[in-house]
Amino acid sequence: MKKLLAMLMALSMLLGIVGVASAEAAPTKLTLWTFIDQHAQFYNKMAEEWNKVNPDKQIALEATVLGYDDMHNKLKIALQSGVGAPDLCDVELGQFPNVLLGQPQLVVLNDALAPYIDTVVPSRLSIYSKGDNHYGVPTHVGASVAFYNVELLEAAGIDYKTIITWDDWSEAGKKLKEATPGVYMGNVETTTQWQTSLMLTEQGADFQDNSNPDDPKPTINTPELLKAVQTQQQWLKDGIAYICPGGQVDTEEGKAWLNTNVCATVIMPEWYMSRFVDEIPDLAGKYAIAPAPVFEVGQPRSIGLGGTGTVVTLTCPDIPLAGDFITWAKLSETGESMIWDVMGFDPVNTAVWDDEALTHNPENKFNKYFLTNVFDTLNEIKGEIKFVASTSISPTMNSYFSSTLWNNLYIDLLDAESELETAQEAIEADIF
Amino acid sequence: MTVVRRFLYSKKIAPYVFILPFVLTFAVFFIYPLASTIRMSFQDILPGQVQWVGLSNYRRLLGDKVFGQAVFNSVRYMLITCALLIPFPMLFAYMISSKSMKSAGFFKSLYFVPVLTSVVVAGLVFRMMFSELPGALMNSIRGLFGKPAIYWMKNEYSSLLALILLCCWRWTGMNMLYFMAGMKSIPNELYEAAEIDGANTVRKFTHVTWPLLKPTTIYVLTISIYAGLAMFTESYMVFGNNTSPHNYGLTIVGYLYRYGFEKLRMGYASAVGLALLVGAMVINVAQLYITGAVGPRRTKV
Repeated sequence: MKKLLAMLMALSMLLGIVGVASAEAAPTKLTLWTFIDQHAQFYNKMAEEWNKVNPDKQIALEATVLGYDDMHNKLKIALQSGVGAPDLCDVELGQFPNVLLGQPQLVVLNDALAPYIDTVVPSRLSIYSKGDNHYGVPTHVGASVAFYNVELLEAAGIDYKTIITWDDWSEAGKKLKEATPGVYMGNVETTTQWQTSLMLTEQGADFQDNSNPDDPKPTINTPELLKAVQTQQQWLKDGIAYICPGGQVDTEEGKAWLNTNVCATVIMPEWYMSRFVDEIPDLAGKYAIAPAPVFEVGQPRSIGLGGTGTVVTLTCPDIPLAGDFITWAKLSETGESMIWDVMGFDPVNTAVWDDEALTHNPENKFNKYFLTNVFDTLNEIKGEIKFVASTSISPTMNSYFSSTLWNNLYIDLLDAESELETAQEAIEADIF
Repeated sequence: MTVVRRFLYSKKIAPYVFILPFVLTFAVFFIYPLASTIRMSFQDILPGQVQWVGLSNYRRLLGDKVFGQAVFNSVRYMLITCALLIPFPMLFAYMISSKSMKSAGFFKSLYFVPVLTSVVVAGLVFRMMFSELPGALMNSIRGLFGKPAIYWMKNEYSSLLALILLCCWRWTGMNMLYFMAGMKSIPNELYEAAEIDGANTVRKFTHVTWPLLKPTTIYVLTISIYAGLAMFTESYMVFGNNTSPHNYGLTIVGYLYRYGFEKLRMGYASAVGLALLVGAMVINVAQLYITGAVGPRRTKV
């Protein structure tokens, strides 16, 4: 019995020594969840780069790609229960208010962000913040632009450069419809509000009044939103826009529909470029990029939409390392260049936008796909990029919009004014 | 040692030892969650802060129109699926069990194969069949008749059709199997006696098979009611997510999922879950009582 015990002791000590020895050499393991494959590729690449320049702080990044709903739900439950969360996680803008509920189980990243704070578009940090605490590291600006299908427009004798206002756009649409029936000037979204958000901020409005951050109020029944939705209803009545299959162009069905080359304009955030290049290859060489139309000349022509904030969870074993890595990966110059080069996004550090060697690289796959350079447009609208608020009431509002409001307005073409009133009441009743 | 021995060999205690694994599993995975759901339904739960709110979750639930719609959707779905998934599988089972049926084994497996597919895969395939794209299967079929493509999933009735079709496609084979098993247990003598009395195939079915299948029918009805009310995955997959146009695809469990997981309101979601439990229990107990499976035996006149 004694011998056996002694042997066991010796064995466990041996194992312990081996364990300690390997722990010293082993890089820190960090787990990361994301819902976009390209993001995972980017993080893996950045982890390699990090290990090259930080031999003393090696990391072993384990990036997992999960479905959008699946990942966010798993994360929320893990944060709620305090078990099972990854160390780092991508959180989509629309979901961000959900992870900030109650006492956020996330690390305040103010210290890790400090070296980069001066170069980053401030509103891109504030959308991932609660009070003065920043919880998410942004990926891109997501400035909306217009993608014009030059081939389709030229065939109908339309020069996209002459389109300045929505009226010009509608007129062009009518001309296009006459010249090539079955081809649409644009599309109307029923499960999201990329275009509607742009039309709202052009008029200086928002879906909500966020003047008191502790108590945001929905503002649906406004003349500005009415104008935005009535304009789109008119497109449908005139037959110049098509209800986007799949509810919006950033879905499988939407992209399949675009790929049939029947849509002359796509008004989407800049990041939609990557979807064109990766998933709509048939239309390469057909689209040019320009600022989106406005209601009146002089209105701001762009809005930053979508986005992903990467968070560090409180259960992460090495919080400072995770924070340093993720801010470096996404906000350092190395990271920002890679964000454009690998993913085709508009970096949040707008200084990068002027680096011609990087932005006008003829070998870049995004530059090759489009007829014009996206940074020419971005630099033109740089000072006009607005934002809509994302607060605790946003998920409730978005859910009502996509399930009810847009369907009523665009599929059933119901009276816009009374629909917006109903929506206002329904959303107010659902907030708690 | 004698204590242990006396314990192990005791006739009184041994049975409890044998059922202990089940009791433990049941307690850990059913009783404990149920108890904590009841507690949570009286709380407002957010990460890092829990607050007792009394009955306010329930008050909110009763006043919520969307919950009403979810209940309506679930109950309608349950009624339609029960109305379809009992008579037809029974008929098919009767036909396949019939002696004059050729290649019964082939049809049996043909009907049963869908049961083996995962709901997720089946839902995905149905979503593509009912897609909005003009080239999707259902729209192509409309095209054959010269009709334009429609938004299948954006219309109340065509989206319901997709859900019902999916359910029938998946479960006909399973229910058929239950009925075939039930039919096997009906003694052949009864059919022979009926034949001697001059009964034809239809009368044999209505007077022998149908009454003697009652226990099977009650079982199938009970599980169909529960499955209908608890439907969620089908709707989630066919609509692509938990948000459907005008909440046409929203079921009670979908509503629970929306508040529990999407909006992280665990307290409110617990109240929804309990409402579903109570609702399903009431309907099923009533059904069992009416069909005579439980409660006092009615004497035959």
